[in-house]
Amino acid sequence: MDLTTIWAFIIAFAIFAYVVMDGFDLGIGILFPSFDPGRERDRAMNSIAPVWDGNETWLVLGGGGLFAAFPLAYAVILPATYPLIIAMLLGLVFRGVAFEYRWRDPAHRRFWDAAFTGGSFVAAMAQGMTLGALLQGIEVVDRAYAGSWFDWLTPYTLLCGVGVVAGYALLGSTWLVWKLDGEGQAHARRLAVRSAAATLVLMGAVSLYNVFLNAEYAERWLTAPEIYFAAPVPILTAVIAISLVRATTRERNSKPFWLSIALFFFGMAGLGVTMWPYVVPPGLTIWDAAAPERSQVFMLVGVAITMPLILAYTAWAYWVFRGKVGDEGYH
Amino acid sequence: MFEAFDALFLARLQFAFTVSFHFFFPAFSIGLASYLAVLEGLWLKTGKPLYLDLFKYWLKIFAIAFAMGVVSGIVMSYQFGTNWSVFSDVAGPVIGPLMAYEVLTAFFLEAGFLGVMLFGMNRVGKKLHYAATCMVAIGTFVSAFWILSVNSWMHTPTGFEMGANGQFLPGPSWWDIVFNPSFPYRLVHTVMAAYLTTAFVVGGVGAWHLLKDRANLHARKMFSMAMWMAAIVTPLQILAGDLHGLNTLEHQPQKVMAMEGHYQSYPDGAPLILFGIPDSEAKTVRYAIEIPKASSLILKHDPNAPLAGLDTIPDDEEPPVGMVFWSFRVMVGIGFAMLGVGMWSLLARVRGQLYDWRWLHRAALAMAPSGFIAVLAGWITTEVGRQPYVVYGLLRTADAASPLDAPAVAASLLAFILVYFTVFGIGVWYILRLMSHTPHMGERGVKRGDTGPIRTAGITPGPTQNPGHEKTLPEGEEDA
Ligand code: HDD
Ligand code: HEM
Ligand code: HEM
Repeated sequence: MDLTTIWAFIIAFAIFAYVVMDGFDLGIGILFPSFDPGRERDRAMNSIAPVWDGNETWLVLGGGGLFAAFPLAYAVILPATYPLIIAMLLGLVFRGVAFEYRWRDPAHRRFWDAAFTGGSFVAAMAQGMTLGALLQGIEVVDRAYAGSWFDWLTPYTLLCGVGVVAGYALLGSTWLVWKLDGEGQAHARRLAVRSAAATLVLMGAVSLYNVFLNAEYAERWLTAPEIYFAAPVPILTAVIAISLVRATTRERNSKPFWLSIALFFFGMAGLGVTMWPYVVPPGLTIWDAAAPERSQVFMLVGVAITMPLILAYTAWAYWVFRGKVGDEGYH
Repeated sequence: MFEAFDALFLARLQFAFTVSFHFFFPAFSIGLASYLAVLEGLWLKTGKPLYLDLFKYWLKIFAIAFAMGVVSGIVMSYQFGTNWSVFSDVAGPVIGPLMAYEVLTAFFLEAGFLGVMLFGMNRVGKKLHYAATCMVAIGTFVSAFWILSVNSWMHTPTGFEMGANGQFLPGPSWWDIVFNPSFPYRLVHTVMAAYLTTAFVVGGVGAWHLLKDRANLHARKMFSMAMWMAAIVTPLQILAGDLHGLNTLEHQPQKVMAMEGHYQSYPDGAPLILFGIPDSEAKTVRYAIEIPKASSLILKHDPNAPLAGLDTIPDDEEPPVGMVFWSFRVMVGIGFAMLGVGMWSLLARVRGQLYDWRWLHRAALAMAPSGFIAVLAGWITTEVGRQPYVVYGLLRTADAASPLDAPAVAASLLAFILVYFTVFGIGVWYILRLMSHTPHMGERGVKRGDTGPIRTAGITPGPTQNPGHEKTLPEGEEDA
């Protein structure tokens, strides 16, 4: 495996970590209005207050890593999806400050709760649409984006956006199934079942659309020998989907959450099959966009040293705040 | 002349606006994180509850400032790609890795331990909690280290090779890139700036409460600590600034020419222009008040040394003189005002009147926001003085922008202005409200159910983030 491939996997890992970790934060934001404005909302918020900042940092690593390891891809994707990125950033501003502001100002708590939800929704939608815009292809001429203003706005990108919103809602609700008890947990369970259904339907729709979107994608998924590598992905996804629904409806605590993560994992693997080896389809492969070897090596040293530490203290931080919110010890 | 409002100009405005806002918060939280670590350390060492009270008082403020710093920082890390895509493509191989190191070594550290610092005292115990506070403080410093290395490289690029595809590529040694010639100066000067900014905010808050009640022990302690910082760090900062300027003279002479307002060359001793109105059309400083030969004395340590002026620089390589000239004077002026307050406090301390001199307290209160102004002015000097280049001498700002049309950039700029002023304006208002609440015994941490004079102050996420205190109020109350 060459360095560029290693870097593609590192970036993919950062994006995956972001999607599942900030995914459940954003999902809780999206579902927030359905929780009762008193204790339930406070607890839902408290279940992520100590960890959201760390979760969001994976987004900075995803973006910053792309900038460092694939500068050309960074320089093409961001102008191509300009309005989406700006919308995402502004959404994240609102949802980030809401964590502090809602406690500072009870008179306007409803307003900050709405900002929390609105910001989370906009960020999730924009992330999904950015993914869609990338998959449908970005026009590049002379190392620069050469498409027009609204290339990012199509039925396909909207479908991807809604899909990501549903997926985050699934992660958020299953996290709450784990972290809440009593009525809050029962409510989260109902939400989890519904968002699981929505996520599965939308995942299916996006996959089908992919096959029609681009002849090359269809070839990867539907012809031999590729199909032998690709086929396990949908099959395993289906298996996980079934166990997810069963775990959610039977009084399981943390299992639905882990299964949702597994679902995202296979979604990501499917994405890999679709895109590989392009970082910006249809024209730029990871090798076209890669930084020179010296940059890759320098950063690889950094990743090799810091990543185990980061994972360790992140795990520790989660461990410190383990257990049900509102359980003994959380007060 | 609509050229002036083209996509490039709007993109520059947008970058300047968002980065200025962003830096407002780190300038405060770099210093405050260290201050919190000192307070908690003193509490652990002496066991005096006073320090714990102060720790909790400032922790609530830190939480808000930090949140604003984070969300505005994320905007920055995407701004390079959205608005400066050519720059990102061309400079990415060199500065991208440094920014990746910032994420790996600083942002994760801060964010990972922040949760424990804010909410974890009862869960992990005092020692581990203190370790978490220190990690956050170290993280803020490491963050400044990397980002300032990046920025300094853009001012004094070294250690790179030019690629065939027009990219800057890293040379054999990363050391030469990270420790580029202006970096040590910029790091020292900026980190001290952050400490001073925080010290004057803490001093201002202490002074405000002393003006209301001279006997308040908490206010006394804050004020005294802040004034020590002011008295000791300001002279060092001025020294560092002077050295920084000498370094700039060596590497970016036209920036210094603009700072000094030297349109002409002075073959035998350049004057120090204290004030005046630079006029770039006529290439002269109007109504100048000058000290003959003083500029040569400061910059060359010889009153008769010749100094070249902007007449030696082609017009299209000249930075905008007015902004650089003025912002530099604002920063230096504030630097000396800070020095004045620091010395005054020393005098008061020697006389045993530190808590009694009302005018000293009033001056400290007036100076509370001065650090922020100085920091912004300093950055404007630095960045505008680098123009028309974004990578000094090598890549022009005009060639670095994204292929975007003006309306798109204008719309996003407008959105940033609206959102930032409202959201961060409100955040600053919440911080001011917290500051107006008198520090007292048994100060509560970041928690709900505070019973201070302002009911809302001190109410925060749930029962957990409540260092050193057991659970208090029943939950879900203050929603009504
Ligand atoms: C509390 C803040 C503060 C204070 C009191 C001062 N500065 Fe400063 N200055 C900064 C905060 C700052 C800064 C924001 O941190 C800058 C911007 C970039 C940098 O490296 O530091 C800066 C830049 C900066 C530069 C530009 C360097 C360059 O870009 O090449 C010079 C020459 C000085 N300073 C000199 C001084 C002098 C002589 C001061 C004494 C009165 C002074 N500064 C006080
Ligand atoms: C935090 C304090 C900072 C402030 C207040 C600041 C301020 C500014 C200002 C006022 C400009 C506009 C100059 C002009 O166009 O005339 C600018 C430009 C710019 N600065 Fe900074 N800057 C800061 C830090 C940084 C850092 C750390 C970096 C790099 C990592 C950076 C990179 C840039 C870039 C890329 C531009 C855009 C190109 C340009 O217009 O020059 N800045 N900054
Ligand atoms: C253009 C330049 C800059 C970029 C791209 C940038 C990027 C970021 C990002 C992404 C974050 C959020 C980190 C998180 O998720 O925890 C952040 C926060 C932070 N940044 Fe910046 N930053 C810039 C300029 C600066 C400068 C000039 C300094 C200091 C000298 C600085 C110091 C910090 C610190 C200390 C934080 C932690 C949050 C806080 O203290 O408020 N940044 N920055």
